[in-house]
Amino acid sequence: MNLFPTFDWHHVFVQPWTRDFGLFGWIMLMGFLVSLACGLVGKFLILRRMSLVGDAISHSVLPGLVIAFLIARTRSSGAMFVGALAAALLTTWLIDWIHRRARIKQDAAIGVVFSSLFALGVVLISLFADRVDLDQDCVLNGELALVPLMAPVKLAGWTLGPPAVVRMAVVALITVAMVVCFYKELLVTSFDGILASSLGIPSIWVHHGLMLWLSIVVVSAFEAVGAILVIAMLILPGATASLLAQRLPTRLGLNVVHSLLSSVIGLHLGVWWDCSIGAAMVVAGAGLFCLAWVFNPTNGLLWRWRRNVLEEPAPEPEVGS
Amino acid sequence: MQRSLLDFCRSVAAWIRGGLRLWVSALGLIGWLLVLPTVQAAKIGNVSESHWWGQALRFGSLADPSVRYALAGAVLLGLACGLLGAFLVVRQMALVGDALSHAVLPGVALGFLWNASKDPVAIFIGATLAGLLGTLTVSAITRTTRIKEDTALGMVLAGYFSLGMCLVTRLQKLPTGNQSGITSFLFGQAAALKPADLWLMGIVCALVTGIVVVAYKELLLVSFDPVFSRVCGLPARWFDHLLMVLLAFSVVISLQAVGVVLVSAMLITPAATAGLLTDRFHRLLPLSALLGVTAGIMGAFLSFLGSNLPTGPLMVLAASSGFGLAFLFAPRRGIIARWWREKSQSHRIARENTLKAVFHILEEAEFRSDVVSLLQLADRRRITLKISEREARMLVSHQLATMGADEASLTLTPAGWQRACEIVRNHRLWELYLTQAAQIPPDHVHDDAERIEHVLGADAVRELERRLSFAKYDPHGRPIPSLADLRRGGEKAPRPTTVAGYGK
Repeated sequence: MNLFPTFDWHHVFVQPWTRDFGLFGWIMLMGFLVSLACGLVGKFLILRRMSLVGDAISHSVLPGLVIAFLIARTRSSGAMFVGALAAALLTTWLIDWIHRRARIKQDAAIGVVFSSLFALGVVLISLFADRVDLDQDCVLNGELALVPLMAPVKLAGWTLGPPAVVRMAVVALITVAMVVCFYKELLVTSFDGILASSLGIPSIWVHHGLMLWLSIVVVSAFEAVGAILVIAMLILPGATASLLAQRLPTRLGLNVVHSLLSSVIGLHLGVWWDCSIGAAMVVAGAGLFCLAWVFNPTNGLLWRWRRNVLEEPAPEPEVGS
Repeated sequence: MQRSLLDFCRSVAAWIRGGLRLWVSALGLIGWLLVLPTVQAAKIGNVSESHWWGQALRFGSLADPSVRYALAGAVLLGLACGLLGAFLVVRQMALVGDALSHAVLPGVALGFLWNASKDPVAIFIGATLAGLLGTLTVSAITRTTRIKEDTALGMVLAGYFSLGMCLVTRLQKLPTGNQSGITSFLFGQAAALKPADLWLMGIVCALVTGIVVVAYKELLLVSFDPVFSRVCGLPARWFDHLLMVLLAFSVVISLQAVGVVLVSAMLITPAATAGLLTDRFHRLLPLSALLGVTAGIMGAFLSFLGSNLPTGPLMVLAASSGFGLAFLFAPRRGIIARWWREKSQSHRIARENTLKAVFHILEEAEFRSDVVSLLQLADRRRITLKISEREARMLVSHQLATMGADEASLTLTPAGWQRACEIVRNHRLWELYLTQAAQIPPDHVHDDAERIEHVLGADAVRELERRLSFAKYDPHGRPIPSLADLRRGGEKAPRPTTVAGYGK
C-alpha cells in the first residue's frame, strides 16, 4: 500500500506558483499571517513561561462558538468572534482565579479549565446537533483550503480578498504595531518584574493586555486554521528563534523568517501529500525547529556530539535565555 | 540483615495482598459485565424508552451489552488515569499528560496502517511507542537546549499531533481498507468498545494498579524528594521512565473511550479534585482513583440518557463538576469555607476592637462606672453613632455586653470584661516585648500590636509574661491587666476601681 502519492515536481513546486496561484497564494498568505501574529505574541508567552495558556485558549473557544451560534442563529463572523472572545477571556480569568484561590498549580488549572470547556462545547454540539452547523473536528483542524473560496471583501471599489485573510492581515498588522509601540514594556515585564514595577510600568495591566490580545489573535486565526495550528504557531517560531539568537530583536526577526518559511514549505508538503495543509505547515515548522536544534552553530546537537567525541572540553556558553 | 530482608518481604507481601483485592474486584466486575445475560442489543445512546427514567432503569439493569462494555471501559480508564494522574499533579507535570495524549496520534495512524483495520494490539503498540517518543523528545529538548519545559511540551504536542493529522487525512483518502474507525480516536466513542479492547484495558489497569501498589513507597519518594531518593540509592530516573511508560499505556487504552483531546482531563481533573480535599498523598491516591471511576460511570450513565450524547466529553464534564463542587464546598480549601473563615475572623476582630474601646473608656474614667454610652464609644472609635450602635448590637448578640434600657448605653458582661482584658493585655504585653526584646522605640510599636493582639494564643501569652518577668506596666506607663483582673469579671459587684496588674 502506498501511503504517500508519488512525488511530481511540476505538480508540487510549479503549479502552486503558476496555474493555481489564485488559490494557493491566499492559503500561503493566510498561513504566513497567522504564523506571524501568533509567533510575535507567542514569543512573549514563552518568555513568561505561559506557552500552554495559548493551548488552553484555542481549545476552549469551542463552547463560546456554539453558544454564540445558538443565540445569534447565524454563522456570521461577528457573532462568532464575540462568542469566542468571551470564551477565551473566561478561560484566562478562570485559570488565574483557580490558580490563585485554590492552591492549585497553574499547569493543573490550565488542564482542568480547557478540557472542561472543550468537553462542554462537544456536548453542546451533540445536544443541538440538528441546529448547530458546527463540527468539533473542524474547530480542531480548521479548513485552510476553504479560505480562498469565501466571497471576497470589497472596499471602495477595490477587491481586497477573502474575509478571513483580510481580518487576519489587520490583526497581524496591529500585532506588529503593538510589539513595536510597547516593546519596552513587554520586554521589561517579561524579563524583570521588579525592574518593571520600579520603572512604574503596570505589570498586571501589561499581562491583561497581552492575554486580551492573545485571545483576539487566537480567535481570529483559528476559524480558518484550527486550534492545533494556532498552538504550534504560538510556540514553534519563538522556540526556533531562541535556539539561533540571543538578542530579542534578532529573535523577533527570525520569528518572521520562520513563519514565512514554514508556511511556504508547508504548502508544498501539503500539496505533495495531499493532506491537511494546516497540519503540513506545522510539520514544516517542526522540521525547521529540528534543523535548528541539530545544526545551530553555537549549541547544536551535532557540535555537542562532535565535542563529546573529540573530547575537547569547550566551555558551555552561559547566556541567560 | 536477614531480619530486615524478611521484614521487607513481609511488607511487600502485605502490599501485594492489598493490591490483589483491588485487582480481583476490578477484574471481577469486568468479567461480570462481560458475561451478564443479554436481553436486547442496543447501541449506547439509542433512546428506546420514552422517559429518561426508563432509560435510567435500563442502564441500571445492565441488559444491553454496549452499556456493559462502555461502563467497564469507563471504570477501568477512570481507575488507571486517576491513579497515575495523582502522581502527575503532585509532580506538577499535569500537562505532560496532555502532550503525551496528543503525541500518540501518529502512532495510532501507523498502527491503523499496519493491517488497515482497527487491530487493538497494533494500535496499542504504535500509540505507546509514539507517546514515549514524544516524552523522550520533550526531555531531550529541555536537556540539550535552554528551552523551558512548557514550551517543549507545546511543541511536541502540536508537532506530533499535526504529523498524526497529516497521516490521518492521508489514511482517509486511501482507496483500500476500512478507515471509518480512525476518527473515533480523536473524540472517543465508548459505544464502539469491543471485548478485545476491554481485555487490553483490564490488563493495563491491573498492571498500573499492581505497580503503584507494590512500588508505592518508591514512587512517592521519587515524586516528592528526588534528591533524597537518589541519596537512598533508588534509581530515580528509572522510576520516572516507569511512570512515563505506565502513563503512555493508560493514555492509549483511554483513547478509544474519551479521545485524544480529552484524555488529559481524565488524568488531571480527578487528581486535582482530590488535591482540594486532602493533603495526605496516601489519601489523595485512592480518592483520585475513586473520583476517576465515579466520573467514568457518571459519563457512561449520562450519555445513555440522550440519543446522541458522546460518552467521553460527558465523563470529562462529570469530573469537572466534581472539581467545581470541591472548589466551592471543600471543607478546608473550598471557596465558601475560606470566605466564611475570613468573614467570621473579620467579625471577631471588629468585636474585639469594640471591646477594647470600651475598656479604654472605662480605664479613662478610672473604672468609676461600668456603663459606657454609645456616644462615648462613637467618639472614641471615631465612627458615627449609627455604626457604634451596630457594633454594640454585635456585642450584645454574642453575650459580651448588655444594653441599657434607653438603648444608648452599654455594660460589659463578665465574659465581655474578660475578653476585653485579654485583648488589652495582649496588646500591652506585645508592645512591651517589642520595646524590650527588639529595642523598637515605644512610639513605633502600637500598629504592630494592633494586629497581633487578635491572634496571640494562651501559650504565647504565658511565654511573653514569663520572658517579661510579669512586668506591671506597658511602655506607655499603663497597667497590664493580669489574670487576677480577668477573673475579677466573675464577681458581680462592685466593679474594680483600677486594674490590678501583676503582683497584686
